[in-house]
Amino acid sequence: MALRNGGARFAPTRVSSLAWRAIALVALSVGIMVLDARHGSANVLRRALANIVAPLHRVVESPFALSSGVSALFTTRDSLRAQVTALEAQVREDALHLARLRAIELENERLQHLLDLSPRDATRTVTARVLQVDLDTIRQRVLVDRGSDDGIVSSQPVMDAKGVFGQTTRINSSTSEVILLSDPNHAIPVQIERTGLRTIAVGTGDPDRLALPYLPRNTDVQPGDKLVTSGLGGVFPPDLPVATVTEVKRDPSQPLAQVRATPGASLDRDREVMIVWYQPRVVATAPDTSIAAHPGKGKPRD
Amino acid sequence: MIDAYATHRLPAYVSALVALLLSALPFPHLVALVRPDFLLLVVIGFALMSPRSTGLLFAFFWGLLLDAFTGMLLGEHALAFVVIAFLVHHFHLRMRMFPLVHQSLVVLILLWIYQFLIFWIDGVSGHPVNDWLRLLPGLGGAICWPLVVGLFGRIVRRH
Repeated sequence: MALRNGGARFAPTRVSSLAWRAIALVALSVGIMVLDARHGSANVLRRALANIVAPLHRVVESPFALSSGVSALFTTRDSLRAQVTALEAQVREDALHLARLRAIELENERLQHLLDLSPRDATRTVTARVLQVDLDTIRQRVLVDRGSDDGIVSSQPVMDAKGVFGQTTRINSSTSEVILLSDPNHAIPVQIERTGLRTIAVGTGDPDRLALPYLPRNTDVQPGDKLVTSGLGGVFPPDLPVATVTEVKRDPSQPLAQVRATPGASLDRDREVMIVWYQPRVVATAPDTSIAAHPGKGKPRD
Repeated sequence: MIDAYATHRLPAYVSALVALLLSALPFPHLVALVRPDFLLLVVIGFALMSPRSTGLLFAFFWGLLLDAFTGMLLGEHALAFVVIAFLVHHFHLRMRMFPLVHQSLVVLILLWIYQFLIFWIDGVSGHPVNDWLRLLPGLGGAICWPLVVGLFGRIVRRH
């Protein structure tokens, strides 16, 4: 404050107008923040800025796209052929699996009809590429190349081949932001597969670790237990693999056990992910038509 | 008056754009942790060296763009940038006189004020990140400051 008075001595009028301008701009920022925090009120501004920013994201991404393009150019024929052979073998194997699964699915449906249960939730997926853009070093978020143009909305589950990856948050026209499981602000309702116990897995900020902070000390949980989504909360479909428990500490002086788990999805290495449309069935109305009604529709849950 | 300074704004806008892109370039994790807030360094640099051609609106505009770019709460970085730019504008005559090391220390303090503002707004808006790692980019920025001065000394005409 003493320094500030000293500054004013040099050019009092200019400094005070500077201060007024600063106050006005700070007030404007606060106004924008309030509008933006109240969901959607600043959407017009956000959309306008997103149009400026989207090409910039592409610019950041371009060296990586170029380098993968160049390396694809110089791949040898042999390695490509080896890759194709391996993939073909994989496809044959998967087709076999799929045929078996389809039979099981049909059987399942028949049994569900017999028991008069509601059918399974319909899901549809789209593949998205993770852009090489570092949004924030401390927060665990990534940008993927699908947006509202592809029908993506906020709070859609995102998966990779090995498990849940995260969920979509902010949606732009051609990109969207995905908050990873490991973000400190992310929590996912899970179930311990072995015991059926439901709890919540919270991100730690470390892509290889989730915390399960709400388990009492005497809970039946042990390293190696698989965690799957419980389907509560309505964002994630039930029974998707999430993580494996790696560490259980029971401190006698603490009421809660300290449990750590490792996500199945490789959160910091994935280049391709799947975005899922999922509609939880709240009430079983007309079981026959509902499955046919879900897929292909652009409008997901909500 | 505005036209006279318009040509001097081009380097400012170009360097801010480059800084914005640098801030999102994927670095190895350890490097990314100490990555300076390049855009803020550019804002400080231009506020210090040509305060008349790059005003507070410059800081506000780029702050808002950074918010949109990183998907943060809109206005968050805009506010922090305006506050820092105001401080630099206010003290620019004095800061120019400081020896380089002294100037780096002032920049360190400015960068930490900035981090505190962001931390504070994050907390108020309900997305707190309580992590001391937040202080590292400030250190990185202060260490980079002499480089920034050297670089800008060539491209900026003082006003």
